[in-house]
Amino acid sequence: MSKLIEQPRFSCALAAQTTVLAIPRALPIVHAGPGCASKTFLTLSQCAGNQGEGFGGGGQISSTNTGTKEVVFGGENKLRTLTENAFKVLDADLFVLLSGCTSGIIGDDIVSIANEFREEGRPVVGAETSGFTGNNYQGHELVVNSIIEQFVGDVTPKVQKGLVNVFSVVPNQDPFWRGDLEEIKRILTSIGLKVNILFGYESAGVFEWQNIPNAEFNILLSPWIGLKTVELLKKKYGTPFFHFPYLPVGGKATSLFLKKLAAFANLDLEKVSAVIKREEEKFYSYIVGLADFMSDFRSNIPNDLYLVADSEYAIGVSDYLVNELGLQPKGIFITDVPPTDTIKEKILETIETLGKEIREVVYFESDGGKIQQKLFELIGSSKRAVIFGSTWEKIVAQKNNNMLIHLSMPIVDDVILNKTFTGYTGGLKLTEEIYSGIFKHGTIDKNVQVL
Amino acid sequence: MAIDIKKSEVETRDNRLGAVLAFHGRASTLQKDSSKRAVKDDERIYSQCSDCSQGCAEVLSYMIRDAAIVVHSPLGCLSPVSIYERVEASSKVRGIEAPKIQVISTNIGIDSTVYGGVKILKAAVREAYDRFHPKAILIHSSCAAGIIGDDIESVVDEAESELGIPIVPIYCEGFKSKTWTSGFDAVFHGILRKIVKKPIKKQEDLVNIINFAGQDAYTALFKRINLRPNLIVPNSSVDQLAIMSEAACTISICESLGTYGAAALEQNYGVPQLKVSSPYGIEWTDRWFRELAKLTNRTELAEKLIKEENERIKPIIEGYRKILKGKRAYVYSGDSFAHYLTNMVREYGMEVVGVTTLHHDQTTDTKSPSLDTLGEMIKYTGDVERFSVCNKQPFIMYKIFSELKPDILITRHDSIATIGTKLGIPSIRANDINVLSCYDGSVNLGARIIDALNSNKFFKTISEHVKFPYSSWWINQKDPFYFDKKAETK
Repeated sequence: MSKLIEQPRFSCALAAQTTVLAIPRALPIVHAGPGCASKTFLTLSQCAGNQGEGFGGGGQISSTNTGTKEVVFGGENKLRTLTENAFKVLDADLFVLLSGCTSGIIGDDIVSIANEFREEGRPVVGAETSGFTGNNYQGHELVVNSIIEQFVGDVTPKVQKGLVNVFSVVPNQDPFWRGDLEEIKRILTSIGLKVNILFGYESAGVFEWQNIPNAEFNILLSPWIGLKTVELLKKKYGTPFFHFPYLPVGGKATSLFLKKLAAFANLDLEKVSAVIKREEEKFYSYIVGLADFMSDFRSNIPNDLYLVADSEYAIGVSDYLVNELGLQPKGIFITDVPPTDTIKEKILETIETLGKEIREVVYFESDGGKIQQKLFELIGSSKRAVIFGSTWEKIVAQKNNNMLIHLSMPIVDDVILNKTFTGYTGGLKLTEEIYSGIFKHGTIDKNVQVL
Repeated sequence: MAIDIKKSEVETRDNRLGAVLAFHGRASTLQKDSSKRAVKDDERIYSQCSDCSQGCAEVLSYMIRDAAIVVHSPLGCLSPVSIYERVEASSKVRGIEAPKIQVISTNIGIDSTVYGGVKILKAAVREAYDRFHPKAILIHSSCAAGIIGDDIESVVDEAESELGIPIVPIYCEGFKSKTWTSGFDAVFHGILRKIVKKPIKKQEDLVNIINFAGQDAYTALFKRINLRPNLIVPNSSVDQLAIMSEAACTISICESLGTYGAAALEQNYGVPQLKVSSPYGIEWTDRWFRELAKLTNRTELAEKLIKEENERIKPIIEGYRKILKGKRAYVYSGDSFAHYLTNMVREYGMEVVGVTTLHHDQTTDTKSPSLDTLGEMIKYTGDVERFSVCNKQPFIMYKIFSELKPDILITRHDSIATIGTKLGIPSIRANDINVLSCYDGSVNLGARIIDALNSNKFFKTISEHVKFPYSSWWINQKDPFYFDKKAETK
C-alpha cells in the first residue's frame, strides 16, 4: 500500500521525462494531463539546483494535454496526431512516448503506438510511466530498459575490448548528475576504458545507446537503480556486469572501486595502479593542506553528521565523511524506497562493511515530515550538527543555527552547474563545501570559540 | 445567473467564461467577438505542455497560514512543493513570521486505482490533523482521483464531524479544464463554501485584496485613506479568510485571479466588488483609487493621495520615459495581466509590437464591462495588431519573437521569459505583480526594463550558443499558428 508523503524528495514515474532529456538530442512526448510535464519538470529542474531546460525541456516538452474528451473517448488518436506533428516541428534523434495517469487509467496503449511508428521507420519508444505506477527512480529504470528493448533492439553484439556502459545516477534526481558523470567518465577513461556514459554533455547521444550491446562489460554504480538494466543486458546481449553498490567519494573509496573493477575485468594492473597512485597523490596533497586549518579551527568545526539522501548518495558520502574526515555519524536517512526487502538488506550489508557506527544510525524514510521530526529529536539543542540534505532540512538547520550542506533533492536555493561530489574530484569539492561552509555560515575567528 | 456557493464545485472557465487558448488577430477582433461570446477555440494539433488547475490551486492554497493541505494524488502532483519554501521570502517582505508549509500527498498507487482511494484519503486527513493541528484542511483532488471516482464529499462530511474544523474539498482535476486558472476558482469556491463565515460586524475600513504572495504594496498607501487591506489568499491566515464577508469591498489585483472569488463574495455576502480595472499604470491607478474612494466614502483623502503620489513619481517617470520612449516591447503573460502591462509600457511611450496572453476569458463572472480588461486596454491605449492567445507554446513564440525582434520581452510565468532570453532578447519576468501595481509599480517596471536592456550582453552570450530543438521546416514555416487550424481542414 502506498505511503503518505510530506516534504517529498522525489517525484512520480512520469518525471523520468528528465531521463530522456538527459540523452543528447532525445526528446520526450508526454501523453498526460495539461500540468504533468511542467510540474514534474519544475521538480527536477528548479527544485534540483535550478538546472535549466536545456535543449528540449521545460515548456518545450510535447504534450497531448489530455482533457475530458480523451478521458471519455480515449486519447490514442490525439497522441498519434501529436507525434506525427512532432516529427515535423522537432529535430531529434529519438522520441520517447510517456504516459501519465489519465492515459494510464483509461488504458491508452502507448507502447503499441510507439511500435506502429517504429514500423514506419521512426525512432520512437513507448514507456508506461503513469504517476500511480511508481516513483521516478522506477520510471528512470523503465525508460532506460524501454529504449534498450525497443530502440537498441535485437542485434548481435560485436564486442569491443575496453568498451563499457555506465549505469549510475538518475539524471536531475541527483542534482549533481552532470558533474558526477563527467568525473566517472574521467576516471574510467584514465585507466584506458572507452566509456559510454549515456547521459549528459559528455555523451555522444543516441549513437552511444546503439553501441550498448557492443560493450565488453557494464558498470553499475548504484545500490539498486539500474540493476534491472544490467540484468536485462546480460540476458539480451550476454554482457557481464560489474556492480559497485554506491557512488564512491574521496580517495579511499574511489581507489577501492578502481581496484575491484581492475580485478573484475582483468585490466592491466600496472596501469590502474599508476593511475591510482597519481590520483591519490594529488588528492591527499590537498587533504594534507587542510591540516593547518583543521588544527587551528578545530573547536569551531561542527562534527556531528546528519545526512538525508537517497541510497545512491547516502552510502558513499557517509563513507567519506566518516572514514576519511572523521565526522561522527548521528543520523543517516535514506529517502528512496528500495522496492524489495532483499534490496534493503543488501544496502544495509554494504553499509555494514563501511563501519558499524554508520550502520547503527541508518533510517529508511521517504516521508519528509517524519525525517524532520526525527532530526529535531536527535539534534536537540546541539549546535555542533552539520546536516547534509535538501532545502527541507533548512527548517531543522535554522533552529539552532546549525550548518546545512546541499546534497540531495529538493534544492531550490542553489544553482548547480558542474559541481560533483563523486570520485577524487568530488571528494575534494565536498571537503571544500563543508569547511568553507563554516565561514559562509557566519564570521568566525580561530581565537573565538563560537560553537 | 447567481453563484451558488453551496454546490460542491464550480464549473470550469471553459464552460462558465468561454475561455479560449488559441487565437491570433487584432486585439479589437478578439474583444468584439468575445462580447458576443463568439470566439471559437481552434484545436491545436501539435502542442507543448500546458499547466493544470491543480497548479493554480497550489499557488493559492499551499501558503495559507494554519491550514493543512492533503493532495489526493500520485506523488508527481505534489512533487514541486519545495518551491513554496519561498513563503519565507513572502513573509519577510511583509514583515511577518514565515508559516510552515503543511502539505501531504496520499501518494496514490496502483492499488488505489483498482480499489479506490477513499481509505487512504481518510487516513491522510486524519494524519494531517494530528501532524499539523490545523484550523482547516483543504483536500486537492487530482486527475487520478477524479477518474477513479473517489467520493471526496463523503470523506469531507465524516472528517468534519469527527474533527470539528472545516474540511475543504478543492476540485481541481487537471484534465477537467484546459484553462489552468480554473484552479483559482476551485479554491475560492471551496473557501467560500467552507471557511468564510457569516459577518458578525461589518468592518467599514477593511478591504479584501485578492493577490499572490508578493510584497505588501498596499498597507502604507491605504493608511493614508484610512483603509486596511486584508491580503488574501496566499500567506493569509484561515481567520483572515473567514472574515472576508465583513469587509467593505473586495479588490482583485488581477482579474484573471479573482474574478470568481470576488463575484461570489458579492453575491453571497453583499461585499461589493470594485468594478474598475486594476491599478497598473498611473492613469489606471488614479482611476482605481477614485472608485475605491467612492465605494468607501473617502473621496477627499483619495484626491489628496492621488495628487501627492503623482507629484512624487512624476520626475522619476519622466526620466525613465526619456530612455524607454520608442523601444519596442512584446508582452507575454496571463490574460488580464498582459493587458495591464501593455497599458504600462505604452504610458512610457514604448511601442507594443505584439501581445500574447496565456488564455482568454471571453467574459467575467459579473459580466461587468468595466472589468473587461482587454476592452479597457483598447479603449485607453489603442488596438494591438499582433495579438494572440497561447498557453505558453514556446515553438510558436520562437517564431513570433524571431520575426518581430522586440527590444524587450515582458512576461510573467514559468518557462516563458527563457524563450526570449535564448533568442538574445532582454527578457524580464514581472513575477511579483503587487510591486508592479499602484504608483511605485510603474517606477519599478521602468527600472527593471532599463536594467534588462543594460544587461544585453548576457542575452547575447546565451543566444550565440543556444541550440533549439526545432526542425528547419518549422524554422522556415511562414505561419506560427500553422497547427491551430481545425484538423480536418489541413
